[in-house]
Amino acid sequence: MAEVLVLVDHVDGACRKTTSELLTIARRLGEPSAVFVGAGVDAAKETLAAFGAEKVYRADAAALTDYLVVPQAELLAHLVATVSPAAVLLASSAEGKEIAARLAVKIGSGLITDAVDVQSDGAGGVMTTQTAFAGGYTVKATVTHGVPVVAVKPNSAAPEAVSGAAADVAVDFTPSALASGARISAVKPRERTGRPELTEAAIVVSGGRGTGGDFSKVEAFADSLGAAVGASRAAVDAGWYPHTSQVGQTGKQVSPQLYVACGISGAIQHRAGMQTSKTIVAINKDEEAPIFELVDFGVVGDLFAVLPQATGEVTARKG
Amino acid sequence: MNIVVCVKYVPDAQADRTFNASDNTTDRVNVDGLLSELDEYAVEEALKIVEAGEGEVTVLTVGPDQASDAIKKALQMGADKGVHVNDEAIHGSDALATSLVLAEAIKKIGMPDLVVTGMASTDGTMGVVPIMLAERLGVPAVTFASELTVSGSGVSARRDGDAASLTVEAGLPALVSVTDQINEPRYPSFKGIMAAKKKPVENWTLADLGIDSGAVGLANAWTKVEAVAARPPRAVGTIVKDEGDGGAKLAGFLAERKFI
Ligand SMILES: Cc1cc2nc3c(=O)[nH]c(=O)nc-3n(C[C@H](O)[C@H](O)[C@H](O)COP(=O)(O)OP(=O)(O)OC[C@H]3O[C@@H](n4cnc5c(N)ncnc54)[C@H](O)[C@@H]3O)c2cc1C
Repeated sequence: MAEVLVLVDHVDGACRKTTSELLTIARRLGEPSAVFVGAGVDAAKETLAAFGAEKVYRADAAALTDYLVVPQAELLAHLVATVSPAAVLLASSAEGKEIAARLAVKIGSGLITDAVDVQSDGAGGVMTTQTAFAGGYTVKATVTHGVPVVAVKPNSAAPEAVSGAAADVAVDFTPSALASGARISAVKPRERTGRPELTEAAIVVSGGRGTGGDFSKVEAFADSLGAAVGASRAAVDAGWYPHTSQVGQTGKQVSPQLYVACGISGAIQHRAGMQTSKTIVAINKDEEAPIFELVDFGVVGDLFAVLPQATGEVTARKG
Repeated sequence: MNIVVCVKYVPDAQADRTFNASDNTTDRVNVDGLLSELDEYAVEEALKIVEAGEGEVTVLTVGPDQASDAIKKALQMGADKGVHVNDEAIHGSDALATSLVLAEAIKKIGMPDLVVTGMASTDGTMGVVPIMLAERLGVPAVTFASELTVSGSGVSARRDGDAASLTVEAGLPALVSVTDQINEPRYPSFKGIMAAKKKPVENWTLADLGIDSGAVGLANAWTKVEAVAARPPRAVGTIVKDEGDGGAKLAGFLAERKFI
């Protein structure tokens, strides 16, 4: 069976949830091989083995990690040439998409990004599903040329635990001169909030202009549900919440089990980031707000009254 | 400093965007279009850089006849000249082919110090054309810049990643893509609108760029859209008015759906 390369998405060896999802998808297409770049492979191996990685290609030279995108794309191109995989899967994050894009040009392959599902097309290729136009359309696509390169969004598969050998394969690889073109000269880690990460969370509670800058009720409700906190661009532009929490076209695209929009009108650019959520709830003073067109459950009311009561009820019910 | 800004003509997000039934490509003709809002940030950033020093801003677009509107808007904002690559054969091109056409056009314009683009288009939204373009031009890419400093020899940008905020540096020539956090795009002034009418716009075809039509277009794309379907409208939900019990009702719904 052909190998399927999965670029491991991790922070110092702590695998992000997308990695187990990608390994699960890889098993539909062939034999999963993880590609691990950077430090921490020992910490990651347990997870990689638990989700079926048969091999772990690892490369941890500083030349690969101090520079943006290009070295990883070159490493993957090198592996594609040596192992002729059935497909290459990456996380559809900003960086994952860029690595995928450079790789596709290098190896002359068709590229799919933002996939929400990947299946075998029954003929050795892939059949992917994406959404288009702010979630208004579903598109199915195939790759017709080269080794399919597919960037997959978080929450696109339920991770299935299957043990794999996770055989260690050290890759001896030196990137080209171009790879050092864009250098990462400083890294400022994000402040830890203790809440789940926005794109991975099962529940997201977001606040908009309607919070008037006071996110405390939104955060308290989120915490009662163990949810991540998001924000509309209006709230971000006002400086109330960091840009990294923005949900929408120019922020994060989330697809949780439950999305709660508080004081958000539901502009098309906001919808582009949350419309594929399984269940949608909104609290808005204005019964005409377009967000109500999307909801499974809506409350017309003041979020400063509704949220504290809901938080109290949730906490009480959880006992 | 000479800058080429790549811009895209896209269907208006406020309009009913759709696909052509015959070939599953984005309908760019029967819907109101405009300069992609995310490219306005790129035009603005290029203008600011040139205004702070010297040089010229050239706007480049690849698209059908109507795409000249995107160039016009950028010229009205203050760009110096335009290049429009327009060829029937380009219809239906994927990101790979689009980046090829842009790269060849930039080589014909003459490699500038900087290529500036938006972070993604507002229609396709893949956000990969900038990086593919850099790959083809063989220049470093500093993408998703939310803050940019340009010196005589290089660029430095703030890039907000998932886990950290990065400072990324590169020497010139380079490609930079900018986010909607970077600036506040200007509105064309009356003077700008009048001046734009006299600014030169070149119209090129694939032949002018020496690109074989077999390298682009729908038939030669390396991905194929097999099917498109409008998402079924969401089932109408329950909407309650808060009469002092809205929060409790909300919690009840969440419990019923097993979120609690
Ligand atoms: C190129 C481009 C990209 C964009 N990208 C994004 C993006 O990524 N994400 C994004 O979110 N937006 C984006 N936008 C902006 C988008 O168009 C909207 O302007 C934005 O989403 C509005 O945010 P909002 O809903 O919080 O504010 P508003 O539209 O002002 O809505 C506030 C809502 O709060 C309600 N409200 C007020 N007070 C209360 C209260 N006490 N209790 C309950 N409800 C209350 C009001 O009834 C109103 O519906 C983008 C725009 C452009 C042009």
